[in-house]
Amino acid sequence: MKSKEPVFHIVKRDDLPLYKVIGIRLIAILLALAVCSLVTILVTKLNPLDVFRAVIKGAFGSTRKTWVTMQNTSVLLLIALAVTPAFKMRFWNVGGEGQVLIGAWAAAACMINLTGKVPEWFLIVAMSVTSIFCGAVWAAIPAFFKAKWNTNDTLFTLMMNYIATQLVACFAIVWENPKGSGTIGIINNATEFGWIHIGNKYLLPILVALVMTIVTYIYLNYTKHGYEIAVVGESERTARYIGIKVDRVMIRTLLLSGGVCGLVGLILVAGVNHTLTTTLAGGRGFTAVMVSWMSHFNPFTMILTSFLLVFLNRGASEIATSFSLNTSFSDILTGIIIFFIIGCEFFIRYSISFRSSARAKEG
Amino acid sequence: MESNNIPIVKMRNITKRFGAKVLANDKVWLDIYPGEILSILGENGSGKTTLMNMLSGIYFPDEGTIEVNGQPVVIRSPKDAFALGIGMVHQHFKLVDVLTAAENIVLGLEEPFDIAASSAKIRDICSRYGFDVNPDQKIYDMSVSQKQTVEIVKVLYRNANILILDEPTAVLTPQETDKLFAVLRNMRSDGKAIVIITHKLHEVEEISDRVAILRKGQFVGDMLTKDTTPGEMTNMMVGHAVKLNIERPDPVNSKPRLEVKDLSVRSPDGILKLDHVSFTLNSGEILGIAGISGCGQKELLEAIAGLQKAESGSIQYVEDDGSLDELLGKDPLEIRQKGVALSFVPEDRLGMGLVANMDLADNMMLRSFRRGHSFLTDRKAPHDLAEHVVHDLEVVTPGISTPVRRLSGGNVQKVLVGREIASAPSILLTAYAVRGLDVNSSYVIYDLLNKQKQNGVGVLYVGEDLDVLLELCDRILVLCGGKVSGIVDGRKAEKMQIGRMMTSLGGEA
Amino acid sequence: MFGFLSTFIPRAIVQGIPLIFGCTGEILTEKSGNLNLGIPGVMYVGGICGVIGSFFYEQSAAASGQFSNFLALLIPLLCCLAGSLLMGLLYCFLTVTLRSNQNVTGLAMTTFGVGFGNFFGGSLIKLSKSSMTSVVLSRTSLVYKTALPFASSLGWFGKLFLSYSFLAYIAVLLALISSYLLKKTRVGLHLRAVGESPATADAAGINISRYKYMATCIGCMIAGLGGLYYVMDYACGVWSNDAFGDRGWLAIALVIFAIWRPGTGIWSSFLFGGLYILYLYLPTTMEHMELKELYKMIPYVMTVVVLILTSMRNKRENQPPASLGLAYFREER
Repeated sequence: MKSKEPVFHIVKRDDLPLYKVIGIRLIAILLALAVCSLVTILVTKLNPLDVFRAVIKGAFGSTRKTWVTMQNTSVLLLIALAVTPAFKMRFWNVGGEGQVLIGAWAAAACMINLTGKVPEWFLIVAMSVTSIFCGAVWAAIPAFFKAKWNTNDTLFTLMMNYIATQLVACFAIVWENPKGSGTIGIINNATEFGWIHIGNKYLLPILVALVMTIVTYIYLNYTKHGYEIAVVGESERTARYIGIKVDRVMIRTLLLSGGVCGLVGLILVAGVNHTLTTTLAGGRGFTAVMVSWMSHFNPFTMILTSFLLVFLNRGASEIATSFSLNTSFSDILTGIIIFFIIGCEFFIRYSISFRSSARAKEG
Repeated sequence: MESNNIPIVKMRNITKRFGAKVLANDKVWLDIYPGEILSILGENGSGKTTLMNMLSGIYFPDEGTIEVNGQPVVIRSPKDAFALGIGMVHQHFKLVDVLTAAENIVLGLEEPFDIAASSAKIRDICSRYGFDVNPDQKIYDMSVSQKQTVEIVKVLYRNANILILDEPTAVLTPQETDKLFAVLRNMRSDGKAIVIITHKLHEVEEISDRVAILRKGQFVGDMLTKDTTPGEMTNMMVGHAVKLNIERPDPVNSKPRLEVKDLSVRSPDGILKLDHVSFTLNSGEILGIAGISGCGQKELLEAIAGLQKAESGSIQYVEDDGSLDELLGKDPLEIRQKGVALSFVPEDRLGMGLVANMDLADNMMLRSFRRGHSFLTDRKAPHDLAEHVVHDLEVVTPGISTPVRRLSGGNVQKVLVGREIASAPSILLTAYAVRGLDVNSSYVIYDLLNKQKQNGVGVLYVGEDLDVLLELCDRILVLCGGKVSGIVDGRKAEKMQIGRMMTSLGGEA
Repeated sequence: MFGFLSTFIPRAIVQGIPLIFGCTGEILTEKSGNLNLGIPGVMYVGGICGVIGSFFYEQSAAASGQFSNFLALLIPLLCCLAGSLLMGLLYCFLTVTLRSNQNVTGLAMTTFGVGFGNFFGGSLIKLSKSSMTSVVLSRTSLVYKTALPFASSLGWFGKLFLSYSFLAYIAVLLALISSYLLKKTRVGLHLRAVGESPATADAAGINISRYKYMATCIGCMIAGLGGLYYVMDYACGVWSNDAFGDRGWLAIALVIFAIWRPGTGIWSSFLFGGLYILYLYLPTTMEHMELKELYKMIPYVMTVVVLILTSMRNKRENQPPASLGLAYFREER
């Protein structure tokens, strides 16, 4: 009887030495960059060296550009850090976008309604508390239903994004300034009341991101909570066996995850943009999911991954602008990079072996 | 029955290995005749299911030949098996819950798709053999016995002449079993060859024409059921007692530690897994639990450990001063907070007892990570404990920071037992503690258990190897179908007696 | 009231058509166990590929002076299908062959697809060095918008049922065919088994990878048509960036709302289409424009409610396919 089985088969690998793992990822990134430059060359007819130069210029061309690159990296990193504890527990929080927005909404609400009525320090405390609280609640709602009835987490958090977006859209009109513009405009533009700046206007998110990277790393790897998250993520049966209350851990972790997203919302409104729009998060809630995943939940790797994506993004925007092309060009490159990085994981986790020897034995 | 006709299946010298160590089948011979019901009898792990899986295309034999209808055949997949008219009903049903019976039955077939016609054919099969299946009923609405019926009809729908059933009665009530047997007899009169894998002697006697007995992967013999006796079959099944020379210190200062009274547990499918089980576990003794697999051992241990809801009864922990603590209804954490030092070595080591992807030190932490008031975990103590366990129990591992999934079975078990013992338990529950372990590792485990016993721990040892139970345990509780069949003295009991108690309540054959 | 309905319903239906495409495509995909969060990206790619095809055809037609309605119809259609198919293949290659995580792959595809659409939409003129000032494909759009000839002569009946272009009827037809396929054919049965329990399907001899590839790629092609319909019909051949908006996500939400039934998806899409534009009709004063934004929230809130209710009621038919989102790997025996 002739076997119809394919000549090769795929087996799970045990473990690759670290240098090989890094090697495979580096090759994937280099291939991705090669494809990206190829696409760029095709579109712009630039020579490769100029492409490279333009990207560098876009990201680091001036002091301001360097600051913006670092600031954007920090914001993306912060959201990635926020969603990571949930992922480590195998809870798909793709609602970072909505949690950031709702946090931003809360901060804006405080700024707009409390300005002139309370001292500035009180406003800042109130903003921080409400935005973190709102973000946390926004994430905990799907967690509650998942814990209780196993409601699909991916789809629920996804929908929560759009509910938050519409809520913000609604209040963008309630708070519109000037009347009839349909947008909020810069809040307290003249007085800068309630604006949180450290040194210059870029430093705040960078500092917060650095602190949060370390805090997240410690939380995930060295605390009792982090340990519980890891056990629940690996095996719910083991968690029950040692008496971990899975539903409680789930809700607690999502409160935390959402809380950090709310904090990002606060930073965006009070420290970076000083206004509230529906596109404030700008898809970074989704990009953060990919950053977290590609970094294997390691906060320090996330610094590099976020930087890589933001760097490309800035560079691509620079090229697009100088060729009066659309800035969405950077999204295409981001997509290509991610396809390569997630695709290469296969070669780390599995090995392909050929069946010819086995068949010779059986035949 | 005309058993002198030509066999429809001849299996010769079938050998199957899993990995280098496990020899699941060793040069097994088997003949299957049409119009006959054959029982394959053997203890757990005797290789019955493996043998039949090779006939139904799940496994491919390492050595040996199979002939069907006199022709040598190669069976590589269940499809090949069906083409030869061989169909098997596995213990774990392969059905899609949200589809109807008819849809499941035609799944994967290449015939023109016509559910109405298929349903008619199914009804036809049902009326011919006396099944009761509604083709339009969804699987999730069905009882276990109905699901089993669907599996059988699925096999018949594919025109199988040789029907293999793997422990079909394990999930059935006595009434359902009677119904199944009636159907099997109808199929036999239709000329089909039927094989049932079982370890229940009374079923062998009730239903089968011939019985083939396997022991530890080897074919022991076959004979006509009417020519044999339960005694002879038990003999062949369990073999003669083997001297293992396991140490057995006498219990010192033994007093009640755990009182289990009238414990009843029902599975999610509604089957009564434990039926009014009562016993006392004393400190400083090893109480063995013997029984056919799946007759309530898992539920018993999980109920005591706080992982299983019970329908009725009580599980009381006896403090040193004689006061009682009810454990039933508490989760593992609450039991611990109550001050009851209960350790549990579960059957599923990597899926429950340990986290496969975590390293040794992190796995040690499972029990101890809550210790202390700090928000941070104490990393040092588990690391030290891991080194301690690796050193004391001679665990073979590249290092403390190796994920446990990369250790061999014996070393995984040493890590698990080492951790459970380290928390100074007063009760230690173990399920199949030496399953899959080599001889040396097994003796390490026996020694550890004996040491615990000498420290005054009450040890509950669920085992499958009667020889071990007889040499290790002070008392042996025999479970039969979720009921206590009896409790015997480990020093005086006979192997045959326990074998009988496992297959019928109280041991009356 | 009747007058209101006869204007509102046709508009709701027109809004619902892209959703039907997206929803039907995603249902087929999810039935195979693939949760494709890249559908928004796929719909953008489908739309822009149609635009690119049509753009170059109109350019060449303008140069040669010959314009064939048939080619104007066919070229964008084929471009759209090809673009969406490539997206489907990409998704399958990553998630089925390379077993990447479906959520991450899907999100990356959405980033990529939306970026692809906006980039080419915004840069097409520049790249092709055309003299046009914006992408307006009015001639192609006219072809696509051709309604049934006797629609206008039949009064309200014609307006309600016959006033749409051919893609609208194709949308409904595809949903009905999918519904039939899933319920009444062997392929549908096998597909459902693959999504519910790949191990069981595998044991029954069904080729899991083939079904996943087929369902996902066909699903993407159908979804892509939604993008094409939007540009060519609804937007009258005018591409403007981000105009398609979040309809792709709405389509994914609809899959839940329709509890994985393409037939239910049809009227749900019309309902969502209506909800999408309901704010235009609800009484709001100039002082309370913000309420309109709140009304736009309704479809999502309803989806969440449906999601919660189905999980609470735990009725087996109404659950997502059991293996949704999981890669299948047959361990070596």
